[in-house]
Amino acid sequence: MNDIPTVWDWTGNLLDGLRVTLQVTVLGTLMMLAIAVALGLMARSRRLLVRGVARVVIELFRGTSLPIQLLFLFFALPLMGIRFEALFCGVLAFGLNYGAYGAEVVRGSINAVPKPQWEAATALNLSAWQRMTRVIWPQAIPLMIPSMNNLFIQLLKSTPLLYAISLVDLMNKGEAFRLAGGNATAMYLTLMVIYFVMAYAVTLLSNMAEVIAKARLGQHAGLRSVFRTTKAEPADAAVDHVEVSSR
Amino acid sequence: MTWDWNYVAEILPGLLEHFVQYTLVATVLGIALAALLGMLFAVIRRLRIPVLTQLLTAFIEFVRSTPLLIQLFFLFYALPGMGITLQPMTAGVIGLGVHYACYMADVYRSGIDAVPSGQWEASVALQLSPRVTWQRVVLPQAVRNVLPSLGNYAIAMFKETPFLAFITVPELLNEAQRVGGDAYEYVEPLALAALIFLAASYPTALLLRRLETRLETR
Repeated sequence: MNDIPTVWDWTGNLLDGLRVTLQVTVLGTLMMLAIAVALGLMARSRRLLVRGVARVVIELFRGTSLPIQLLFLFFALPLMGIRFEALFCGVLAFGLNYGAYGAEVVRGSINAVPKPQWEAATALNLSAWQRMTRVIWPQAIPLMIPSMNNLFIQLLKSTPLLYAISLVDLMNKGEAFRLAGGNATAMYLTLMVIYFVMAYAVTLLSNMAEVIAKARLGQHAGLRSVFRTTKAEPADAAVDHVEVSSR
Repeated sequence: MTWDWNYVAEILPGLLEHFVQYTLVATVLGIALAALLGMLFAVIRRLRIPVLTQLLTAFIEFVRSTPLLIQLFFLFYALPGMGITLQPMTAGVIGLGVHYACYMADVYRSGIDAVPSGQWEASVALQLSPRVTWQRVVLPQAVRNVLPSLGNYAIAMFKETPFLAFITVPELLNEAQRVGGDAYEYVEPLALAALIFLAASYPTALLLRRLETRLETR
């Protein structure tokens, strides 16, 4: 058994790694959405304390690089007596980091819903809850989706970091292949193609969500728009677009 | 465990040294490379050279949609197999620079599109050669349009420099991990690394936002 493995021999391994990568990506995305909505709503609270807490958390997780956050959760927290499983560390780090960016998207999109909509809801005597769930959110969601899609792709693109916290993800399997003497070029290109396909799949799903959300508002974008591609952008740049457009 | 200030005082100078020597240097060189390459990409796409433009567009889309970490590993571990061996720092700067150049290409494109068509027409009227038109008329104005975005990308890139730790560049995260591993005390070094990043990126971002609003209102 001193054969040099080929990428083809590694298919089973890559599929195992893919499962872990997908698991963290999906859970991380859900965590990110939950954190984004919570922080985004807190950031528009009328109470200074609530708003202040949200701002501090958002700036903290935006400002301190994702790899450092991930390694802190994995290496430093256990020394403080809090031990999470590696998988949960990944989900939490991605959720917090991209959730902080997502909070700005949520805040910006809600603020971008035209003022008369708020006033009309009040005039119709809707409760605060009804106003948010029936009037504001249905209009804010289609505004959020393009920027959120970008954050989903950035999150997906960060998942190879999991290899640094000893999770057996795609990247880890790719490294094992290189260390077993396989052709590194072929393996890295394969990994990149897999990620490229996954990024496009994320965009397709987001486009579908956008079409559905807009259809509910009576704005029909047409099925063709599902196949649009989006251009991935760094989270900092994408979030600032929302802020500018919501001004 | 308790936070040990003596330990902090002991490791902080070393961390800061690695931060300046590697993290900041990689960011500056990386963004310089991204700014130049991004401009080159945008000009090539604008010139619509057959085949080259399509290949470049495909390359840009591919690089944007694939993880930086794998690209860095490709440069550092796969290229030697093809006879090109790069120093860790060189591989890191090239990786960051090319990745962000692909982002920047579109920023430059809109910067170039924003140059009024009268400027192109005036250049033709003055019989300027295409080369002079680009160098003296279009690009100087495009660069001015691009500057605020360039700042945002620089901050984003700065926060991605810790990826270089995984291709053995001894930047801040790598050094913090090494120091932490020596004493099995990860809390202080990693927390300090995070705080150093925050202390550098937050004021810069604030400053940039101010600058942007000032440029907008003008």
